[in-house]
Amino acid sequence: METLEQIKNRAELAARGAKIEIIVNPGPAQQPSFLIDNDHAVAVATFLRDHPAMSFDFCSNVTGVDWLDRVVKKTNKVKQIVDGVEKEVDQTSEEKIPGYLEAVYHLYSIKLKHGPLIIRMRTANRAEGTHLPSLTPVWRSAELQEREIFDLYGVHFDGHPDLRRILMWDEFKDHPMRKDYAPPDDFEWEPTAHDEVLERAKQHYPARPELDGAEKITSNQ
Amino acid sequence: MSATVQTAAPPGMTSRLDGELLEVSMGPQHPSTHGVFRMNVALEGEIVRKLKPVFGYLHRNHEQIGENTTYLGSMPYTDRLDYFCSMTNNWAYALSVEKLAGIEVPERAEYLRVILAELTRLQNHASLLGFLLSDMGAWGTPLMYAFREREKILDLFESLSGSRMMCDYMRFGGCRVDVDDAWLTRAKQIVDRFPKFLDEFEDLILQNEIVIARTQNVGELSPELAISAGITGPMLRACGVNYDIRKVDGYGIYPRFKFRVPLGDHGDTYDRLMMRALEMRESIEILKQALPQIPAGPIVNPKVKVRAFRPPVGEAYGRIEAPKGELGFYLISNGGPNPYRYRVRPPSFINLTVLEDLCLGHVVADVMVILGSIDIVMGEVDR
Repeated sequence: METLEQIKNRAELAARGAKIEIIVNPGPAQQPSFLIDNDHAVAVATFLRDHPAMSFDFCSNVTGVDWLDRVVKKTNKVKQIVDGVEKEVDQTSEEKIPGYLEAVYHLYSIKLKHGPLIIRMRTANRAEGTHLPSLTPVWRSAELQEREIFDLYGVHFDGHPDLRRILMWDEFKDHPMRKDYAPPDDFEWEPTAHDEVLERAKQHYPARPELDGAEKITSNQ
Repeated sequence: MSATVQTAAPPGMTSRLDGELLEVSMGPQHPSTHGVFRMNVALEGEIVRKLKPVFGYLHRNHEQIGENTTYLGSMPYTDRLDYFCSMTNNWAYALSVEKLAGIEVPERAEYLRVILAELTRLQNHASLLGFLLSDMGAWGTPLMYAFREREKILDLFESLSGSRMMCDYMRFGGCRVDVDDAWLTRAKQIVDRFPKFLDEFEDLILQNEIVIARTQNVGELSPELAISAGITGPMLRACGVNYDIRKVDGYGIYPRFKFRVPLGDHGDTYDRLMMRALEMRESIEILKQALPQIPAGPIVNPKVKVRAFRPPVGEAYGRIEAPKGELGFYLISNGGPNPYRYRVRPPSFINLTVLEDLCLGHVVADVMVILGSIDIVMGEVDR
């Protein structure tokens, strides 16, 4: 396999206007990845699949990752004049990085037997702009896996032929793999609702005097 | 089937069902779905015209549970993914964590892993053949023949790990308990006798005329579609695509062993069935080489922390050739005791992508045979 820089340059030439960033992987696994801009993702993916030197014909693993909003603290040494003497003082600055959802694709080549090449795409934010282009037209293996990401993370894949919930039921509202997911405590779907659960569930429903007061009627008599 | 008696149809209805589709919901409680799995099938007469699989009956969000426990805490839980092959599930997870944290594995542990993975392959493929014949209507007998052999291997697992199916055997950087010479002798005996079972099984079943009539030219899969749809394992090789991760990645110590990768021709159900029988013979070859060679030494890397195990920040994707296909684990570490992202790449789930393509145009009785030949376990599909 060519080096990542070579692949990046070739892909940027083939798909005009595509911006590819190499994401460094600091761990010992030696698996850096490409961050592809969403507008050119399908063009880049098609190039990676069809170019004879790449031939990434096998998209093995497709998955989502949820990155929450985070604050990175940076300490810079700044020269300041304190009491007339120039000193180096630590100045902390906070940088807010907005959260996003990520789709990660692990590509291998069955023809040339190399890989993995990891590509990732990021949504604009975690609330409304969770749209990504679907790569199912390029690799059919993404079909069920992108449905799973839609189901568990709430990423909408534009261009997917059949984007429905897959593991959760259709009426389910939330996306359970998100990091800020809180399980509902009304447990409408809880198969074995015990007393403690039912007590909590009461908060979510209006009082039903004709049912809840039924015991009082009998005790008054 | 030329109708001789013309029955008068009520006004507004035709007397025949030409072009009308009948929607049948197969499953979720069907003995041949290998678990809780439903297929919405649109039938024209007996011919399948549409098929939509419905997943999620066994969903328990394995991945989120994995993100909320420690790295080691997920190890026994991986047994429950594909509960036929807990050893290979353990290995795939251990391999990914070893990649993530840069851990080396001692020689003896690598040998043990290969031996146990190949034994798992033997029992998985044997029981698959039994199940598949059971789906075809050969009730009981072939399944019991296969389970007789499987039980011998599960006894080996039990004497080693304490459990027949939920072995929880591998650890990061090695294995949990060591084997003794008596165990190795028993394993050798089982491996030596296994070809006899295979010969018998092939004579009885794989040359059987009914089996051939039910499976040949049923559910053909083209290699192009198989590659694009991410099909892996024996199902991919049945289409004639030479891709075995044991050969391609050469993980563990597989490059040391001499074995062949069987390939199919047509990609139909018969080829998928034969692929399992041939792969069992190659597994026996590997076991025959590995069992006498196993060196003495430690079985776990002593440098790996058991408590407060925190891999460095980064991510890793590790994969192995599990009996059902490529089983991979994708892990992201943020330096904490739990993985930030824990993802299972389940082979049976992704192999179901082409279920509709395989079944279209076949009669409804073939759906069960095709589904059986894909070799799924719902614990892994729904996770």
